[in-house]
Amino acid sequence: MTYRIDPTKDRQFIEEFRLNPIGAHSPGLMRVLTVMRVDPTGNQIILVCRKPFAEWVLANMPARRKDPIVMETDQIFTSREAAEWAVFCRRWRLLTGESINRPFRD
Amino acid sequence: MLKITGYPDRYSVAPGEKIDFKISLEEGDSFDARMVRVVHGDCNPDGPGLKFRHIPTAVDGKHPGRPQRVDAGSYMIVDAAPPLLSGPFTFLAKIWPTLPMRGEQTIFAQWDPIEAQGFRIGIAPDGSLDLVLSSGPGASHTLSSGKAMLPRQWYTIAVSFDPASGSTTLNQEPLQRYALIDDGASATSRIVFAPSSMATPFLLAGCPEPGGHVGWHFDGKIEAPIVLAGVHSPSSHEQFNQSPPPPDLSNAVIARWDFSREMESERCVDVGPFGRHGRLVHLPTRAMKSSKWTGDEHDWRRKPEHYDAIHFHHDDLYDAGWETSVSVTLPEDIKSGPYALHVGCGTSDESATREDYLAFFVRPPRNRHDRSARPKVAFLAPTASYIAYANHGEHITARGAELQMNRLLPFGHSDLYLYDHPELGGSLYDCHADGSGVCYSSRLRPVLNFSARYHSWLGGHGSALYQYNADTHLFDWLDHKGVDYDVITDEDLNEEGFGLIQNYQVILTGTHPEYHSTAMWDAMKSWIDRGGRLMYMGGNGWYWRVAFHKTLPGVVEVRRAEDGIRTWAAEPGEYFQSFNGEFGGLWRRVGRAPNVICGVGFIAQGFDVSGYYRRTPDAENPRAAFIFEGVDDEIIGNFGLIGGGAAGIEMDCITTQLGSPPNMLCLASSEGHSPMMMLVNEEFGVVPPNLGGDVNPRVKADLAFGETPSGGALFCTSSIAWCGSLSHNNYDNNISRITANVLDRFLNEAPFNT
Repeated sequence: MTYRIDPTKDRQFIEEFRLNPIGAHSPGLMRVLTVMRVDPTGNQIILVCRKPFAEWVLANMPARRKDPIVMETDQIFTSREAAEWAVFCRRWRLLTGESINRPFRD
Repeated sequence: MLKITGYPDRYSVAPGEKIDFKISLEEGDSFDARMVRVVHGDCNPDGPGLKFRHIPTAVDGKHPGRPQRVDAGSYMIVDAAPPLLSGPFTFLAKIWPTLPMRGEQTIFAQWDPIEAQGFRIGIAPDGSLDLVLSSGPGASHTLSSGKAMLPRQWYTIAVSFDPASGSTTLNQEPLQRYALIDDGASATSRIVFAPSSMATPFLLAGCPEPGGHVGWHFDGKIEAPIVLAGVHSPSSHEQFNQSPPPPDLSNAVIARWDFSREMESERCVDVGPFGRHGRLVHLPTRAMKSSKWTGDEHDWRRKPEHYDAIHFHHDDLYDAGWETSVSVTLPEDIKSGPYALHVGCGTSDESATREDYLAFFVRPPRNRHDRSARPKVAFLAPTASYIAYANHGEHITARGAELQMNRLLPFGHSDLYLYDHPELGGSLYDCHADGSGVCYSSRLRPVLNFSARYHSWLGGHGSALYQYNADTHLFDWLDHKGVDYDVITDEDLNEEGFGLIQNYQVILTGTHPEYHSTAMWDAMKSWIDRGGRLMYMGGNGWYWRVAFHKTLPGVVEVRRAEDGIRTWAAEPGEYFQSFNGEFGGLWRRVGRAPNVICGVGFIAQGFDVSGYYRRTPDAENPRAAFIFEGVDDEIIGNFGLIGGGAAGIEMDCITTQLGSPPNMLCLASSEGHSPMMMLVNEEFGVVPPNLGGDVNPRVKADLAFGETPSGGALFCTSSIAWCGSLSHNNYDNNISRITANVLDRFLNEAPFNT
């Protein structure tokens, strides 16, 4: 059994990631990201560049190469950091069952 | 998506010579072309931006074009083959299938694809050995063993056919028995039609298809294929190991290929009396262990009979074989440097790129007598390393790449195209579909990452550039500084040796000169030993040994043998290079650590963000005063387009014990690294718990300088990311200043202190 993200104890790393998605991370955050970055189904989220240094969309690369990459067309990111944050939130929810915004409701 | 791709027939061309470009169009029937000098291939708005300089030539303008395709997959072909089906025959071999369940595969065939007649011995979709006999649609018969073969197990196979009686027999026998495993079988049948016999070529590991392609490729090893006249038992195969074989078998040989002969070539020698030699297409892997390998010898030259197997792959590629679309004859007075054929077929948009820069280098004239007034500085274009990384596809094939990068994997149009086109082949970092490592890489195919404007998932946060396009940071700086320099390539150095570089006073490397043949290594060492001034502008240099093929142009081999950062590992016993018999792997494991030639050696790698250098006490040594002229800063290079700092991606350090000269000065060492900048595995025996640059003091780049015994010198940036910092603040920064100081002093003929 490897580490499972604890939505209470690991909450402290959310803000660290949000402020610095790409860069040196603390050991606790690295542990969370290590869990997040591997999908046992073989699917892989990728960042597809629409315009270099200007626009990106997320996409799913499937487990089998014969199957097509599926782009998400509903959200265009204008920075890599914004895309990293969006994926982090998504994975947090997937792995903890909780939404990032709890308990800080907007 | 890419709408236009292509490649040149070579990467290095001299003034007055012709270079051919092969282009494929995905839309339209024409393309525009012009030649440009490549100055800066990085469109990052934080940097100076794209810079290309048009060089007018006769190629300017529109040219017709069409789609061209790649027919990947290796096989052996015997062009002059007798019609086998006209008499009784038996085919014998040992095979080691790696993907038996992949689908219909061919082991041996004589087949007319238009009429769909002849025979194919192969593997059926259910993994069993099968034989197909056909005299056209409607008159076809398949015999199968009915038992699936297991991957990576040796089998003796024997298939025979007697046209007089119509009897067919088929045997599949595992060499290794396992309890409860039932993978041996034999089968017989009788056909009632007479299959047409024709003298079309024999093919091993592939079968011709209508349209001129070869398909139904076999993945795995084939050993000692033999064709005998008459019907013979499977045990006959073993009897050929006797010396001499029994006369009744010898006299029955129609063809018998001994793969251990002429190992360094693309020829398969028929040791039978008819000399029906085979030709290998798309370079299947040679010098592979056969079923006879015992481990008594690991060097195929000392026991070739243990290495008489060839490993075929459906995704092997040597020469795409495209037609030339446009040729350029270079002007006689063109300056040496980095150039490209800029081609286009329309306007690019968010979903498709409709242009490409097909890179090449103009070298000095080949004739030494034409090389009298050359610049004193040369850039050694690391084409062996560019080829090693050609079409690097691990971001597609390796689940774990995102974890290694600690950030999302960026895909541009080239990467999306590569995803859809696995037939373009992999790099020396990739594995074949069957899991074996790609050990040969060729430049005779579209190489999507050997191009200005390609951004790489390995290139660090920021500009995300790697290898060739990262080297354009240096081209831009040299251009900005007005430096007059020649470009020579690794392939040129491999062919011509020391004589090519002996008159250069200064040689600059690229950001990542990782792969070197023995000839290249020796030539460079001679040049350094005789007083050359080396500016090592990168990291992880002189790391892997490679070999160029002795006769086929444009292909290198690596054996990822002992140790090192390896994305695949060579099988034990397969460490010796097939191209030249040398022991392959890290130069360090050959006994020549990088430190021996350039003064520093690989210590750490990390692909997220970069660090900076901090001055050390050695920087105050008077011997280094010229390096720091105008640079008083304690912190050097805390900026840059590659990861935001000059110390990053892959880094080297001084280690006297590995061969760094004892007089090397450590001028500055890097710090500020992330935990993802990690110690490399040849630097530890037992895995340390503190691998990362945040907690391991060994993880650092050493900016290094040392004089050499003949009055020359070594200057090492020890960092792939260094060149990404050259243009910061309009080229006015301490990285640029230090580099310029070194170049100025190195161009001064006054010898260094010995």
